[in-house]
Amino acid sequence: MSSLKELSQRKGGITSGHRLCSGCGAGIMARQVMLAAGNYKVVVACATGCLEVATTIYPYSAWKVPWIHNAFENAAATISGVETAYKSLKKQGKIKKDLKFLAFGGDGGTYDIGLQSLSGALERGHDFLYICYDNEAYMNTGIQRSSATPKYAATTTSPYGEVISGKREFRKNITEIVAAHNIPYVAQTAVGYWNDLVTKVEKALEVKGPKFINIFTPCQLGWKYGPEKTLEIGKLAVETGFWPLYEVENGKYKINYKPQEKKPVEEFLKIQKRFNHLFKPERKEKLIQEIQDNIEKGWTELEKKEKCLN
Amino acid sequence: MSKNILHSWKNTPLASRVEEGSSKNFKTGSWRSKKPVHNKEICTNCLQCWINCPDNAIKVKDGNIDKIDYDFCKGCGICAEVCPVKAIEMKNEKDE
Repeated sequence: MSSLKELSQRKGGITSGHRLCSGCGAGIMARQVMLAAGNYKVVVACATGCLEVATTIYPYSAWKVPWIHNAFENAAATISGVETAYKSLKKQGKIKKDLKFLAFGGDGGTYDIGLQSLSGALERGHDFLYICYDNEAYMNTGIQRSSATPKYAATTTSPYGEVISGKREFRKNITEIVAAHNIPYVAQTAVGYWNDLVTKVEKALEVKGPKFINIFTPCQLGWKYGPEKTLEIGKLAVETGFWPLYEVENGKYKINYKPQEKKPVEEFLKIQKRFNHLFKPERKEKLIQEIQDNIEKGWTELEKKEKCLN
Repeated sequence: MSKNILHSWKNTPLASRVEEGSSKNFKTGSWRSKKPVHNKEICTNCLQCWINCPDNAIKVKDGNIDKIDYDFCKGCGICAEVCPVKAIEMKNEKDE
């Protein structure tokens, strides 16, 4: 683990002047990841998404590292091609440097559209780190629901009304899907816990083979809260057990942070206007309880896995 | 490219090289409606504001907070919120 003083000496990979929203979680996440990777020479691939669009508006780029964008669905396939070319050139003696490979994708580019190419790259065992910044919907195109959107969240394609209350399905658990590929390192972290995030990225970069980190990234525009609350929401997600911080290292589960007493999920839901319909005009106790029960179920399963697979 | 800032599609060439970190030529400070003001006297230089700034707008020199870069700060207020000693205050842009 690096201290903040040490990190402040490093050259970051992403600079100011990008056009992410004020208070954007993805901006915080990208800076922290690139600082954690600051001791290495890195090559970055981005899937289409907020981060890619806002940081590379032509003719500007906020990146200070070699960077490639290809399409929405294939950040993992692109980076695996880059990594294979590098291996070949290194073998031929045409490249001497040691490089690390990073791919960034949002939840749309990872959970939905990029899942097939991600799965392929993980199975082929390329040496790269895939970062998924999960802001729980397609924010860049106008807040459409994705398979990462939590149940009962309102988006433009899962609105709430008299009959339905936002998205009708529970989110899918990509971290477990990735862990099922039996890769050396899988982790889940959140914006608001810089220490956990930086430690996990540093740890992942030391491992050879495919790695995956899923980062909970609050989005002020889509979740509808004041921009200064980004860290608070990340922290509440972890404190309520909505987003557990854990890692799977060579099949061994470890929960990195266990809140002494989990806060009720209500506290996390209440400050986001996308869940407003659960509280106004009248409180929908049944729906809130359903979310709470789902969290408890997830925690129990995770604790069992930690106990059994350790 | 970065020396020659292109503002409109009319004078943008069909293809060109984009330089690393050239977004520094695009000042996002004008988005701001509230301005963070840093008080050096109470600041303990814990760097929490620096690590959590989405816009890399807090400048650190030798491990200490040097200044806030108002060219790029979008005024989100995360720094003021995260500061444990309240050394950053958000002031209305108009009041200055």
